[in-house]
Amino acid sequence: MIDSMMLFFTTNFVLYALVAGISLALVAGPLGSFIVWRRMSYFGDTLAHSALLGIALGLLTDSNPQLSIILSCLVFAFLLTLLDRRPSISTDTLLGILAHSSLALGILVLALADSVRVDLEAYLFGALLTIGNADLIWVLVIVSLVSIVLSVFWNDFVSITVHAEIAEIEGVTVNRLNLVLVLLIALTIAVSMKIVGVLLITSLLIIPPAAARSMASTPEQMAGRASIIGCISVVLGLISAFYFDVPVGPSIVVVATLIFLVFYFYPNVLKTRN
Amino acid sequence: MSIPDSSDNTTLDSVTDVHAPDVLLAAKSINKDFAEKRILENISLTIAEGQIVTLIGPNGAGKTTLVRVALGLLQPDSGAIYHRPKLRIGYMPQRVHVEPTLPLTVNRFLQLANRQDKALLSNTLKDLKIRHLEGQQLTAISGGELQRVLLARALLRKPELLILDEPAQGVDLAGQAELYQLISEISDKHRCGVLMISHDLHLVMSSTDEVICLNHHICCHGKPEHVTNDPAYLNLFGANASRNLAIYTHHHDHEHGIGGSVKEHNHD
Repeated sequence: MIDSMMLFFTTNFVLYALVAGISLALVAGPLGSFIVWRRMSYFGDTLAHSALLGIALGLLTDSNPQLSIILSCLVFAFLLTLLDRRPSISTDTLLGILAHSSLALGILVLALADSVRVDLEAYLFGALLTIGNADLIWVLVIVSLVSIVLSVFWNDFVSITVHAEIAEIEGVTVNRLNLVLVLLIALTIAVSMKIVGVLLITSLLIIPPAAARSMASTPEQMAGRASIIGCISVVLGLISAFYFDVPVGPSIVVVATLIFLVFYFYPNVLKTRN
Repeated sequence: MSIPDSSDNTTLDSVTDVHAPDVLLAAKSINKDFAEKRILENISLTIAEGQIVTLIGPNGAGKTTLVRVALGLLQPDSGAIYHRPKLRIGYMPQRVHVEPTLPLTVNRFLQLANRQDKALLSNTLKDLKIRHLEGQQLTAISGGELQRVLLARALLRKPELLILDEPAQGVDLAGQAELYQLISEISDKHRCGVLMISHDLHLVMSSTDEVICLNHHICCHGKPEHVTNDPAYLNLFGANASRNLAIYTHHHDHEHGIGGSVKEHNHD
């Protein structure tokens, strides 16, 4: 048992997976908290689904897959923000249409481009154990960028989330920072694809903050604890995937969900009497 | 200061150059439509340092719209808004809804306005008698306490102009008088101008310099004792409003719950 544990943690691909997963979970805590506070989870879903279209287009044009995912996520995020300002149709209907049509279109394009064989399942549910050097570097670069921007504008982001008009009167550039936040979410989703896949990305972003809610009395506590819960989910998810020989992405999400359920039904489970 | 005659036809450019240095904010011939309905019609007003201007009027009269235009949150269809250069505004909105998923203590909420000045925070909490609320969740405090917390947030910007949208909302009658007294003291102490919306002229009478009675256009304006006798005011609020100070009844489209909280039916 100890031996196999050692083997598990020293195997190269597991190490890569751990580093990538943990660094994403760290940034997903605060970013996901904003998605929860601002009720943007459907927005995240739509972005993730549209990323598949990005992959398809990237393959067709023979460009770097990671770059085309990132570009398509950014473009979609920008378009969605523009559409959101035209209230002719309700936002959730609009997002519902875009999420599923871009997913369907992405799958169709991938199927038609039969010159290339793509592992569709890897994109839909993630393939954390197959990530290589280049993937890891992408994850680390994006995660660092997102963390820096988040920490620089943290107070402004929280202020806008609590009350946008007071924030604006206090001199915060609300519209610009809203766009920045959306782009940060898009970037994070773009690099998380390999880890949990298109269909499960939003859950990695929103389940840890939801689990952390009952343990927090300030936004910072919720974000920080969400990061910790995310990391625990990644580690336990990886271990169980390894031992039970099941897909990694779904394992991570199931572990996170179990943690959420525990805190949801027993909010005081970690509280000590003082 | 007085309100410029709304019928004069000076050009809009003049709004920026006619003001004495103590003028904080001026609105000139503001018009604003929503869905082809005129909400604000030819509104002009000025607020100077240390001056308290109170907006009263029935629901749907455009009070909140006027405040949002004055703040610069809303663009008027025509007319101009002048802010004294680098004007610091403290704004207290009518409503603050915090998502239940967002944990937020009173202290953290106030720090959103000003994270550096801890002494100012502690003094403001003391002045407004809300020190005991510091560690509580914003969603857990009473309506009256929330109004004080919002006022504290506005004050933490060291404002030259306070803009308050129904500051006494959800506060019981005794508390309302106290709150208006407090606003008046703040204005005196810091020499800041105040523009506020109120439902109840008689409660604000002693602490206001100028009353503007609004019903899409300015019906009448002036010193509070002048306005209460103005036919336009009596017409809008009913003669009872002026005659009977003790049992003052609104003719508004809202009712009051036990404890004075306002149950609104519709809103502008």
